[in-house]
Amino acid sequence: MKDERIMKIIGRYEADAGMLIPMMQDLQAENGYLPPEQLRVLSKKLKVPLSRIYHVATFYSSFRLAPKGQHEVTLCMGTVCYLKGAGKISEAICEEYSIEPGGTTSDRLFTLQAVNCVGACALAPVMIVDGKYFDGVSTESALKIISGLSLEPATGTAEVEAGG
Amino acid sequence: MPEKQKGVLLRKDSVKTTKLKVGLGACGIAAGANEVYNELVRYVSTKKIPVMVEKTGCIGMCHNEPLVEIESEKEGRILLGNITQKNIDTIIDEYMEKQTVNPKYIVAGSDYITEHDGFFKKQVRIVLDNCGRINPESIDEYIEMNGYKALHHAIKNMTPDDIIDEVKKSGLRGRGGAGFHTGSKWNFTKQAPGDEKYLICNADEGDPGAFMDRSTLEGDPHAIIEGMTIAAFAVGAKLGYIYVRAEYPLAVKRLEIALDQAREHGFLGSNILKTSFSFDIRIKEGAGAFVCGEETALLASLEGRRGLPRIRPPFPATSGLWDKPTNINNVETYANIPRIILNGSEWYSSHGTEHSKGTKVFALAGKINKGGLIEVPMGITLREIVYDIGGGIKSGKRFKAVQMGGPSGGCIPESLLDTVIDYDSVTRTGAIMGSGGMVVMDEDTCMVEVARFFLDFTQQESCGKCTFCRIGTKRMLEILERITRGEGVKNDIEHLEQLALGVKSGSLCGLGQTAPNPVLTTLKYFREEYEAHINERRCPGGQCKNLISYIIIPDNCVGCGVCLKNCPVNAISGEKKEPHIINQDICTKCGICMDSCKFDAVDIKR
Repeated sequence: MKDERIMKIIGRYEADAGMLIPMMQDLQAENGYLPPEQLRVLSKKLKVPLSRIYHVATFYSSFRLAPKGQHEVTLCMGTVCYLKGAGKISEAICEEYSIEPGGTTSDRLFTLQAVNCVGACALAPVMIVDGKYFDGVSTESALKIISGLSLEPATGTAEVEAGG
Repeated sequence: MPEKQKGVLLRKDSVKTTKLKVGLGACGIAAGANEVYNELVRYVSTKKIPVMVEKTGCIGMCHNEPLVEIESEKEGRILLGNITQKNIDTIIDEYMEKQTVNPKYIVAGSDYITEHDGFFKKQVRIVLDNCGRINPESIDEYIEMNGYKALHHAIKNMTPDDIIDEVKKSGLRGRGGAGFHTGSKWNFTKQAPGDEKYLICNADEGDPGAFMDRSTLEGDPHAIIEGMTIAAFAVGAKLGYIYVRAEYPLAVKRLEIALDQAREHGFLGSNILKTSFSFDIRIKEGAGAFVCGEETALLASLEGRRGLPRIRPPFPATSGLWDKPTNINNVETYANIPRIILNGSEWYSSHGTEHSKGTKVFALAGKINKGGLIEVPMGITLREIVYDIGGGIKSGKRFKAVQMGGPSGGCIPESLLDTVIDYDSVTRTGAIMGSGGMVVMDEDTCMVEVARFFLDFTQQESCGKCTFCRIGTKRMLEILERITRGEGVKNDIEHLEQLALGVKSGSLCGLGQTAPNPVLTTLKYFREEYEAHINERRCPGGQCKNLISYIIIPDNCVGCGVCLKNCPVNAISGEKKEPHIINQDICTKCGICMDSCKFDAVDIKR
């Protein structure tokens, strides 16, 4: 069953080994991470050594080799967000939930990711929870937003005052 | 050819139905513009109000998002800011009834030039002309603004050499940062032997604090496609790639739509405009590696490998993608091309300075009153950008520096605010023009910490291929971390300088060669801050945790108890209605007390 899905992805790019990265991106989009057994299939079918696939997978920051939490909390660490306190916000979240940046809480509630810049600098600091942007967040409001997450799919309707 | 003088924003178009345009760039969406758009569509259709609701890209006034523009034949264009789904209905009702809008929402008047806060006054919009005016998902609107006319002219009336000559004469230099002459670059690829050639648009905008390319991709994707197609015709490429950052999902979506439309209309694909010229474009999403903005690393990534740079020469123009001749330009460079072909090189080079022609788009952000996406003629001064366009520093604080060029750039101090914007003048300050990030910093910024921030970034993003970059940035970072922790020692500054010069000269690619710039410029202009950290154990910017303490000013404290309640470590004590006190032994300096105090009673002792 699972092989069928990876074969579909390979077919989408006509088994062109030059399209390895897009294939891995599709694989991750479907699974939330890169499952090792599927990478093995990919290696066999493309005739690309598994070591080269891992070489690529461990180089790019967007690839994950382990499943992530139910929710995705992304904190922008761009220059402006950082100047306006994103570093402190990240520290507070990590302390509150005993995780490291990039880590997932032990109950798999959420994965905390840092991104270099989402390009929404006028709204700094920016936090993105499951695709919804929260602008002008503070340590206080960020923790409040996260505390509203539960182990079901979130709707994310909290409103945050607009920063500038 | 259309009249295209300096104030391109002044042009009024013939408009029949009143249009309501919602700015739906990523910034606007983050500020709630989708909700405003949906509410507007709902309200207008249920009340049967005779207006058209449209989507547009980034208007540029990020500090007033979400933005809605009313465009009518009678009243011209009025730009409204700080719109929410709650206030939009009342605004529309009032406008439909009396043709007026409560002035508190108006951020720019009908002629933009008369707008009261000066944001647009000193701007010249060439690349951003369509951004925020047309619906980026509509090719018809792009064509209405003379879109694809330049392509038509180039293919039907010009030879590849004519095009290259015109671009050379325009003086356009690469907008990705390095500033190489675009026309000459195209000529190298054209001259390179071989039938199979590629064209690449570098949209891997990785500098933190930069969002120009994102806004252009989201707001006017057809301009980039048109520019690329003209370039492909000139250099003889049949296939092109847009390498775009994965963090820009909206840009990818709009590009996909635009590419499909361009193919349907015969502007892309086989036999473009019924000629023998064929060219197509594919999108490749990056996977999160800053170094891939470097052209040889980008090529490796496109080939499905790790994004590791290699030694040049050979340059991509002779040996690029799959070892074939490849022309690589940045988003903004391509977006300039249709305008140059359409209006002529003479018109284009009338903007700018002797060696830097045209305009430059900047992402103006930081501790500034009016941040946003701006386009200014080369030759404008930094002071004009910060004060006249950006409206000066937020909350009356003092200006300290403006950071240009992201992690490869540097910090320019107040004494150099009259520096003009052109490639050479900016380079002389120690910063670089870069791709166009401009972050303004105020007195509450610690310049050592800023240097540490950028070094931390480049150290993490260093691909590890060459020793100077891999180890040199690590050692530099360790010194900077020590200084910001308050543990700096004698000779740290000298060691930093030594390492910086070594990394700069010994690294293989642009990432390493420019990584020391933030350190070198802060050392040059803000050396006293380094010295205060090391010799006096003091952080003048009030940012380094180990060197500051939070205190409560008794005269301002009303004893409301908010800080006491919010303190995560219970370091604050005090009776209700009496000044509170922070126990320094317990305090972790998280700053929540300062954020939550409504009476400005919490201060930082520096």
